[in-house]
Amino acid sequence: MTAAIVVEHVKKKFTLRHNRSFKELAMAVIRHQSIADTFLAVNDVTFDVHTGETLGLLGLNGSGKSTLLKLISGVLTPDSGAILTRGRVAGLIEVGAGFHPDLTGRENVYLNGAILGMTEKQIEANFRNIVDFSEIEKFIDTEVKFYSSGMFLRLAFSVAVYSDPEVFLIDEILAVGDEPFQRKCLDRIRELQGEGRALIVVSHDLNMVAGLCDRGVLLEQGKVRQDGPIDDVIKTLRDSHL
Amino acid sequence: MADSAPGSLRLTEPGHGRGLFDVFTQRYLLKLIVRKELRIRYRGSILGMLWSYVKPLTQFLVFFLAMGVFLKLRDTVPDYAIYLFSGMIVMNFFGEAFTNATRSLLWNAPLINKIYLPRELFPVASLWVAAVHFFPQLVVLLVAAVVSGWRPRPLELAGAVLGFVIVAVLALGLGLLFGAINVFYRDAENLVELIVMVATWGSPVLYTWNLVRDVLPTWAFWLYQMNPLTAAVELFHHGFWFGAIERTGVLPNGQTAIPESLWLQAGGALLIALVVLAAGEALFRRLEGRFAQEL
Repeated sequence: MTAAIVVEHVKKKFTLRHNRSFKELAMAVIRHQSIADTFLAVNDVTFDVHTGETLGLLGLNGSGKSTLLKLISGVLTPDSGAILTRGRVAGLIEVGAGFHPDLTGRENVYLNGAILGMTEKQIEANFRNIVDFSEIEKFIDTEVKFYSSGMFLRLAFSVAVYSDPEVFLIDEILAVGDEPFQRKCLDRIRELQGEGRALIVVSHDLNMVAGLCDRGVLLEQGKVRQDGPIDDVIKTLRDSHL
Repeated sequence: MADSAPGSLRLTEPGHGRGLFDVFTQRYLLKLIVRKELRIRYRGSILGMLWSYVKPLTQFLVFFLAMGVFLKLRDTVPDYAIYLFSGMIVMNFFGEAFTNATRSLLWNAPLINKIYLPRELFPVASLWVAAVHFFPQLVVLLVAAVVSGWRPRPLELAGAVLGFVIVAVLALGLGLLFGAINVFYRDAENLVELIVMVATWGSPVLYTWNLVRDVLPTWAFWLYQMNPLTAAVELFHHGFWFGAIERTGVLPNGQTAIPESLWLQAGGALLIALVVLAAGEALFRRLEGRFAQEL
């Protein structure tokens, strides 16, 4: 078993700045108030994910799930601790995929594909498949800022799938898709599992997570509360908040 | 596309690229971002790219009338139009590259927030876009220079290329520096506007360098000459205007056309620009791990 994602004692602190203007800063200094509050979003988290494994990341809102995914995808870097990944990482984080709102769907497919490490030829070869999978051919030349969240998700998911990543991060992404598309995505995710990719799924749809994941990690206020078989973790989550 | 089994890949730290070097290995991505910037810039505009001609030409006419005709600089500086325009396009290139590189991270917040890519791509793309706008202006300058009797000489042209490189390196370095700060404090972009405004007057674009030497104390004039933009502007004068005035070293008012220390200045300017680039990249890399949470 080879580790595809390694997370070791990772901490991430956020700075909540109250005031930015010079006047406010000066007043704060004079009054000896703190200029900023800090907030530990991820606090000493350690786990790893093997190739071919699907991990469900669970927790209430604000428990640090999305921050952790951003750290794994490289959007953020940890303050301390280490994160390592093997191969290319594709992440669908907070229903956003690295699309630029002012570009059309078509342009975003190229841009996003290139960011995910595809070459021009690979994108061209897969363009048809990507559009077909997303089922939004009619709107492919519309700027994505006019897309509904469902359309946005469809295209984002399609590009990510066809970029053929070794590590795939999926955050609440299936929540906005309609039933048939959700089923299609789940089928595709199962295929990826079969190919030995490493997946992390974040979702509040516990039934879906239970069906998809082998293992679960429960986060609570930035810390790992439990790491074990998915059913046990879901049980803990349900019991503690009834 | 599954080029190799996952097991044969190495573990790497996500979000830790090689900074500016990654930009050169991801040329296709850079091309897409440059194309995107250009498209967004002229979206919904009838004149489109033409604006990049209209603006410098208007600016040129205003300066030419005010400085050349009203203030009579035309009388002491032969071919003042060429003199003015060759310096102006350098400043326009610098101003556009620097201003847009500083703002490029904010414009691309939707990408930076959601996905990892070498963020240096955005300032570099801004520089590229500025260069795209620079070259048509250079063509206009070349035509005007040829009409005025300019014939190219290799050393002079090489000097102009060096001037372009100095400005590009300096603008990118400053753009990385102020762009990174601008993510945290939007004051940076206002400061940049100020710098760009002053820069046009802080180099011999509209007047000749002698006028500055005559009034400034030695140390202040030395500082003035140290400005990398001054060197770049003089390199452009040397490249395109000097040839147009038949390489007469002395102007009608008895002053030297091109400073004797031109090449020394140019070397110093390149060095300063490289130091600024190194400093800009260093600060950028220190701060980039926090970009996504601030944007």
